[in-house]
Amino acid sequence: MNAAGFPLLSLLTWLPLVGAAVILSVRGDEAAVAANARWTALWTSLIVFALSLLLWVRFDQSDPAFQFVETVSWLPQWGITYKLGVDGISVLFVLLSTALTPICIVASWESITVRVREFMLAFLLLETMMVGMFCALDFVVFYMFFEGVLIPMYFIIGVWGGPRRVYAAIKFFLYTLAGSVLMLLALLLMWYVAGTTDIPTLLRTPFPVAMQTWLFLAFLASFAVKVPMWPVHTWLPDAHVEAPTAGSVILAGVLLKMGAYGFLRFSLPMLPNASASLAPLIFALSVMAVVYTSYVALAQQDMKKLIAYSSVAHMGVVTIGIFTFNIQGISGALFQMLSHGIVSAALFLCVGVIYDRIHTREIARYGGLADRMPAYAFVFMLFTLASVGLPGTSGFIGEFLVLVGAFKVNFWLALLGSLGMILGAAYMLYLYRRVIFGVITRADLRDILDLSPREVAVFAPLVVLTLWMGIYPSSFSGFWDASVSAMVEHHRAALEAAVKLAGVLPQ
Amino acid sequence: MNWTLALPEIVLSISGMAILLIGVLQKRDSFFICSMLTVGAFLVVTLMIVAGHTGQGYNGLFTVDSFSTFIKVLVLVAATLGVVLSLDYSEHANMRRFEFPVLMLYATVGMLVMASATNLMSLYLGLELQALATYVLAAFARDELRSAEAGLKFFVLGSLASGLLLYGLSLVYGFSGTMEFAKLAQVLSDPAHGSPGLIVGLVFVVAGLAFKVSAVPFHMWTPDVYEGAPTPVTAFLATAPKVAAVALLVRVMATPFGHLLVQWQQVIILVSILSMLLGSLAAIGQRNIKRLMAYSSIGHMGYALIGLAAGSQAGLRGVLIYMLTYVFMTAGTFACILGMRRRGRMLEQISDLAGLSRTDPGLAVAFAIFMFSMAGIPPFAGFWGKYFIFTSAVQSGLWTLAVIGVLTSVIGAFYYIRIIKVIYFDPAEAPFDARPASLSVVAAAGALFTTFFFVIPAPFVAAAEAAAKALAW
Repeated sequence: MNAAGFPLLSLLTWLPLVGAAVILSVRGDEAAVAANARWTALWTSLIVFALSLLLWVRFDQSDPAFQFVETVSWLPQWGITYKLGVDGISVLFVLLSTALTPICIVASWESITVRVREFMLAFLLLETMMVGMFCALDFVVFYMFFEGVLIPMYFIIGVWGGPRRVYAAIKFFLYTLAGSVLMLLALLLMWYVAGTTDIPTLLRTPFPVAMQTWLFLAFLASFAVKVPMWPVHTWLPDAHVEAPTAGSVILAGVLLKMGAYGFLRFSLPMLPNASASLAPLIFALSVMAVVYTSYVALAQQDMKKLIAYSSVAHMGVVTIGIFTFNIQGISGALFQMLSHGIVSAALFLCVGVIYDRIHTREIARYGGLADRMPAYAFVFMLFTLASVGLPGTSGFIGEFLVLVGAFKVNFWLALLGSLGMILGAAYMLYLYRRVIFGVITRADLRDILDLSPREVAVFAPLVVLTLWMGIYPSSFSGFWDASVSAMVEHHRAALEAAVKLAGVLPQ
Repeated sequence: MNWTLALPEIVLSISGMAILLIGVLQKRDSFFICSMLTVGAFLVVTLMIVAGHTGQGYNGLFTVDSFSTFIKVLVLVAATLGVVLSLDYSEHANMRRFEFPVLMLYATVGMLVMASATNLMSLYLGLELQALATYVLAAFARDELRSAEAGLKFFVLGSLASGLLLYGLSLVYGFSGTMEFAKLAQVLSDPAHGSPGLIVGLVFVVAGLAFKVSAVPFHMWTPDVYEGAPTPVTAFLATAPKVAAVALLVRVMATPFGHLLVQWQQVIILVSILSMLLGSLAAIGQRNIKRLMAYSSIGHMGYALIGLAAGSQAGLRGVLIYMLTYVFMTAGTFACILGMRRRGRMLEQISDLAGLSRTDPGLAVAFAIFMFSMAGIPPFAGFWGKYFIFTSAVQSGLWTLAVIGVLTSVIGAFYYIRIIKVIYFDPAEAPFDARPASLSVVAAAGALFTTFFFVIPAPFVAAAEAAAKALAW
């Protein structure tokens, strides 16, 4: 049953709220409260991260089923239980969430100066929601956390954001909500058919093919906004540009993975026939995202906006990989999600470093930073190349596997997908050249300081992870190999059953 | 004859008269004592209702079942919150007269009768007792032009609706030959009796009751009365009478007219869609928070009616859970609105809330919780109300209604989160006056219920389920 011997996942989910309660109880003058809030938040998130390492150690990689499962009766008559558990697909995202949260808290140590207490509260609440969402094994529990993420994120963008923060926060909220409510209807229909919202049971429930299409479209409405897929991606650049650095980091690092995770957890295994028949639609939207947003990224003047558009393109690669339905494609998509979670988070942190010093994100305002900030230039270069997909960095493995998977499906799909990679190299290197190389012309850039020890501490784990994932990927992909093969096998069997059924029925 | 069934109502009426006497005989400041006595009477009666037994009495005029018990307890809780909310306000607004809690008490007696009515006659009596008391309450700040106007408007339009209802009831009686719900159901179970005259009567009844729950297109009075009436009265109007009216509508549609589901389902669906649309769209342009709450309540009634339109046990259960969550959210929101006061003057503009999170974090958090909950964001109680409503819609295959419902909830979310935006994102204005304890208590109770409903929803859902089982279907 539970490999940890105690309700580990519940602890990971709810412990941040304990930290939040402690922060709430702090009294005193503003400076003392701020310092207290920072340290409490940091320690809470570090303890959560340390506990989550138990998942890394105790997780049985050969078992494709859900592990660390815990169940508490909630609304038993309606088939709703509080049930948590992880499998190979979700376990690393739990770790990603718990790892990025302390990094974000350290990154906003000095850049958040107003309402520090509320900021730390929002961040710990956000951690609860993220971890809970990846652990949820009941659809209603999942939905609660999935939507609950909106509440802290709305505040993080709206209170500590840039000049157009109100617009960005409301747009973010309404776009995501509009998608999610349709998923709620799909959830209710699934409950009506299966009599339960237990995810492992739903995974084994065959839904009628005609119903699958509607369910799939409802899920698509929700997950496409979260991924985000073209053409519903427009909230992302606004949210990224206006959000504070830590908000952008968590948005790019974890929240964007929620949509792709939803596809993998619900759409693909529960609705195999609709997924297969609607895959061309997903491919079309993904290719559009990869090519179109890459071109858009080339034209950006704002660093954060550029990276935001690059995120849309990279997530397009992920959705291509998911809907290839083969081991390479899905494995690559998972790897790309994880890698993007770390690399794009790091890139937003890189932007944050110079934004904290010069207070602008305009690319043209910079140039020649390599001269004054060699350490920063190195870190930035590493993540730029990882984002481009240089072999030896984490970005390469994911994109390569997805393209291999895509080749098995369709040559043109793979070709257009790889076009994104070329364009990706173009806009990222172009960005790097304009910011880091060249001659310093502005006076304030002349005495800009290199990375502080705090910033080094922020980047060090991300650098290590990026290289580790690039050089020895199987210590990560080993987690999901069993789950992915089981999923692909299940999918193939479901499709074959449908074909057999079609042969039996009179035409 | 089992007259003890109505004992709680009788006790409440007698204590109303006693409180009135005490108010008259007391030389000075009888308002506070009378209010407290009213709250005490409510508590005693609540206990009596919970402990009471079920059955039918007064020749079928009056029924006590798990449905009426659920509704009565909810009404009494809402009324208690209403009295507590008026404690401090009345002091400031020169409304410190002991008749105020007594009127609330008699309105509540009317609502309790409504919840138990199983005869067209007792239905009308309960409704009118409730309505007459609330007309007076709406005009209670008699020196204030807006309040007088609200009371008059409420009275004129309310009487019109009562007339419609009465006309409908007489048609129903004329074409079926009985006033008792059980006998009506018996008569109508035979399709041959579904005469056009009866259907016309049914439509009039629906119209009259739709006015009481302020569903579109009978909502016209709501924004003006909500805005004009003294704020504690608005809080009261928005909670207890709404619960009673919805209960009445549900019982009338499900019990005597349950067999005519096909005939009235279309009407309820249309009313529900129009209410949700108007509730979400018209609220966007509002600057006055009380007016906004009026449109918001119109929208909420639209959602509650989805459960009725579903025409099933699950639907009724959904309506009951929805009303339960609605009462706590609404009472809490009005507690926050009553806290909006600077230098003794009540404020009603949404812009007055600017930067509340800086000046009064506690009130700001409570306000934000209520707004998120009303927008239906999990894990707050409002989400669960919507969850059970939409469950029933999906079960009954009402897809149009369900899809329109969730989409209007997104539009509605816009104006709710805009209030949160004003509270949290806008620069701070001068702080409000210190909050009296009575408001803090109600706001805290509402916020705690709304936030932690998700932890143990099972007993509430089970109670609603049992209540729904008492009705037909």
